[in-house]
Amino acid sequence: MNNPIPVKIVVAGGFAVGKTTFVSAISDIEPLTTEAAMTKVSEGIDDFGDAKTKKSTTVAMDFGRVGLSDELVLYLFGTPGQDRFHFMWDELVRGAIGACVLIDTGRIDQCFPAIDYMENAGVPFIVAINAFDGMLRHHPEDVREALDLPRHIPVVVTDARHRAAVRDTLVALVRHAMTMAHAT
Amino acid sequence: MTDSEPDVLSGLRVRPYMVTGGRTRSVVELPLETIVRVTPEGQKAAGTLNLEPRQIVELCHQPMSIAEVSAHLRLHLQVAKVLVGDLVHSGHVATHSATADATDRPDLQLLERVLDGLQSL
Ligand SMILES: Nc1nc2c(ncn2[C@@H]2O[C@H](COP(=O)(O)OP(=O)(O)O)[C@@H](O)[C@H]2O)c(=O)[nH]1
Ligand SMILES: [Mg+2]
Repeated sequence: MNNPIPVKIVVAGGFAVGKTTFVSAISDIEPLTTEAAMTKVSEGIDDFGDAKTKKSTTVAMDFGRVGLSDELVLYLFGTPGQDRFHFMWDELVRGAIGACVLIDTGRIDQCFPAIDYMENAGVPFIVAINAFDGMLRHHPEDVREALDLPRHIPVVVTDARHRAAVRDTLVALVRHAMTMAHAT
Repeated sequence: MTDSEPDVLSGLRVRPYMVTGGRTRSVVELPLETIVRVTPEGQKAAGTLNLEPRQIVELCHQPMSIAEVSAHLRLHLQVAKVLVGDLVHSGHVATHSATADATDRPDLQLLERVLDGLQSL
């Protein structure tokens, strides 16, 4: 590779929903981990207790790399969904193509923070149902209704363990991002 | 920064604020996907650099993102950014990203290329 242009996609979702599995299914390299820290002054009731103590939160992100051509490289960043990691999301979504919000229909509420965040930040996103063991417990349209998603947001079914399914999911996101880009 | 931090940051090879001399912000704002590559000056000067900058210069004979630099050298992301920023400043590495303004979304033309790339996988 000479001087590849980097593009990125965020893979968001709740704990153990299959983010790392999704990234590794398509990555050219074993997923790597980078850690970022945020130091802040806690305000009142916080995860760490005491008010006005300086604490730092560390967030680990898995990411993979997909060479798309000699001139183009796609990075996929998997990031945990908890609210307290949003400081990292601000950086991740900046300049990103968009986000795939992975959900496990058994624990649908886990994706609420990610969806709220992407909606508020104006990030193009799709919802991808990870059909664990090929089991689709809920129809995509039921998921759309449960999540109160507007019609233009795609809801797709994926399988985080399979490269082709992951690729199709990314294609769906890129197409959606193109539609959004046309609209503005 | 304060002495309460090593616990939280354990597992990392170096304490960030020691390596970067207390600075936490890079002069240039570098997104984590920014590609870093060694320059001819950097190749020549590698032997004269401190440990972490030298490792970055050596690693980036293969162009790679700051996120990869951070992962391979087990440096905190912010630390990797500051070190890369310094190396850009000294001319030892060059960087580039998708858009001139990192806040921009990729334009249609770039999205088209991404789509083509994905579909040919
Ligand atoms: N059976 C099955 N297991 C899965 C699937 N996706 C992920 N897993 C497993 O679920 C666990 C959590 O997945 P992981 O990718 O680490 O989730 P993350 O926390 O979102 O990164 C791992 O043990 C995976 O092997 C799936 O589609 N089917
Ligand atoms: Mg994971």
